Amino acid sequence: VNRRYRAVSAGGYYVTAGALAILFLYPLVWSGWASVHQSGAWSLGNYRNLFTYRDGIGTYLANSVVVTGLTVAGTLLVSLLGGYAFGRFSFPGKNVLFLATLAILMVPYPTILIPLYVFLGDLHLQNSLVGLAAVLVMFQLPFATFMMRNAFEAVPQELEDSAMVDGCGTWGALFRVLVHAVRPAVVTVGLFAFLAAWNEFFAALILLNSSDKFTLPVAVVAMEGHSFGSIDYPTMQAGVVFMAIPCLVLFLVLQRSYVRGFMSGALKG
Amino acid sequence: MLNRRRSAVGAAYAAPTALIVTLFFLIPLGLVAWMSVNHWPLLGHAKPNFPHNYTGMADNTLFRQAIGFTLKYTVVITIVLFCVAFALALMVQNPRPGVGALRTAFFLPTAVGLATASLLFLGMLSSQIGPVNPLLRNLGLITRPITGSPTTALSSSVGLVTWRFAGFNMLILLTGLQAIPTELYEAARVDGASRAQSFRRITLPLLRPTIALVLIMMITGSLLAFDQFYIMTKGGPDNSTTSVVMVIVREAFTKFNLGSAAAISVAVLGVLIVLNVVQLAVLRRRSP
Repeated sequence: VNRRYRAVSAGGYYVTAGALAILFLYPLVWSGWASVHQSGAWSLGNYRNLFTYRDGIGTYLANSVVVTGLTVAGTLLVSLLGGYAFGRFSFPGKNVLFLATLAILMVPYPTILIPLYVFLGDLHLQNSLVGLAAVLVMFQLPFATFMMRNAFEAVPQELEDSAMVDGCGTWGALFRVLVHAVRPAVVTVGLFAFLAAWNEFFAALILLNSSDKFTLPVAVVAMEGHSFGSIDYPTMQAGVVFMAIPCLVLFLVLQRSYVRGFMSGALKG
Repeated sequence: MLNRRRSAVGAAYAAPTALIVTLFFLIPLGLVAWMSVNHWPLLGHAKPNFPHNYTGMADNTLFRQAIGFTLKYTVVITIVLFCVAFALALMVQNPRPGVGALRTAFFLPTAVGLATASLLFLGMLSSQIGPVNPLLRNLGLITRPITGSPTTALSSSVGLVTWRFAGFNMLILLTGLQAIPTELYEAARVDGASRAQSFRRITLPLLRPTIALVLIMMITGSLLAFDQFYIMTKGGPDNSTTSVVMVIVREAFTKFNLGSAAAISVAVLGVLIVLNVVQLAVLRRRSP
């Protein structure tokens, strides 16, 4: 009786969990399906429409690639150097700067973006992809610096010492030896920066004003107001697929790094 | 001497961080406070006008309506999202065949951006190509397409945000669940405790810090909601789904009044700080 009860209970579990899994996967599958259909018939026309939409999807893709590339590179460079400084050195103002970096998490997006809209103008970075990337690096810094500091703190002192004995300065020790020891953190920080920059909508909407500078999310959302009254939903789903695929692929490949980032961030933070 | 030199080297490595934090965080933070006490048009010269931007908030009916809507949304989404995320976490807590695939399935929407997900749901809910309307009509739940009413606008946002964030919160709760030593459950079972008893006496108390973290993130995120309403409903119908952050954007870029937008932003920051301090205080007092 006990064995039969267990079999029924396991069956119930898999039916429920399986149904839920299908429910969570369904929207993604539906979007892919809708993107290759026009009026119920199979067609690649929606993707063709993307290429002729306003400045062409290529322009927006290039803008997104520039912003994402600069954000990932900038976040990695700044947090690698910063994590090294916070994890292995002591200097005046260290704690104040670390707390100021973490405080970025406390401040709502609009509170910082409204003045940034004005201030980036003073820096001649208004309506600029570089300006947007710099702002996105700032938003990534609390998590990235925290991750990197923990990673550098965990590196054994002997590793750094032996690099120094071999004639490396701190710079050589960092880029020839230590960077390999903190590689998992580098992957996690890079992945988070990629997903955040590629998907960013609000900051891009506020800081970019001309349509030739739009990133993919802003451009595809602008389809809503493009042709008056009627939205071309199938083409919009092609845009959704276009934006989602890189994230989904990267995410599935690097799922472990994502989860690791999470656990260190969530549990210690 | 050597120490002083090493300290200077450390400061040099921290310099890029200091530059970014100062330039793009601290200066704007000071600037928003200064803007909030000025008449600051999008174009043209700023003039001090304290306390006009702050007193103006009280007369702003759209802002008052947005506060009401944002609070209502926050309550609803926090309850729904928490229950779903917790149920999923309990479901994938124990190792068994296929559980990794389940976790991935629940977690996959996290990779999709909120804006992208909003566009996806806009399509799913559309009466032209979406599957939701036909499904609900066949089930006899609706007679007209579910667009246009405030209630359906709210519930579709709740559906979207639950889909997009349940896996994310599931994962945090899961890490908390797995940090509870299994010996505790075994000891409770030896003592004859039922599953419900060990859930109430072991799981819930030990999970409290994780639950608090998840709730803080959900509440903060919902109070600042923007993308989903801007994309799915444009704040309508009749401004019924206009959130507080949408009002800030509208003040700044539709009414060209950056001073008023800055004042609301400062107020939102103040509320969030108070909220976080209270939540942390409650958390600290309760935890042993």
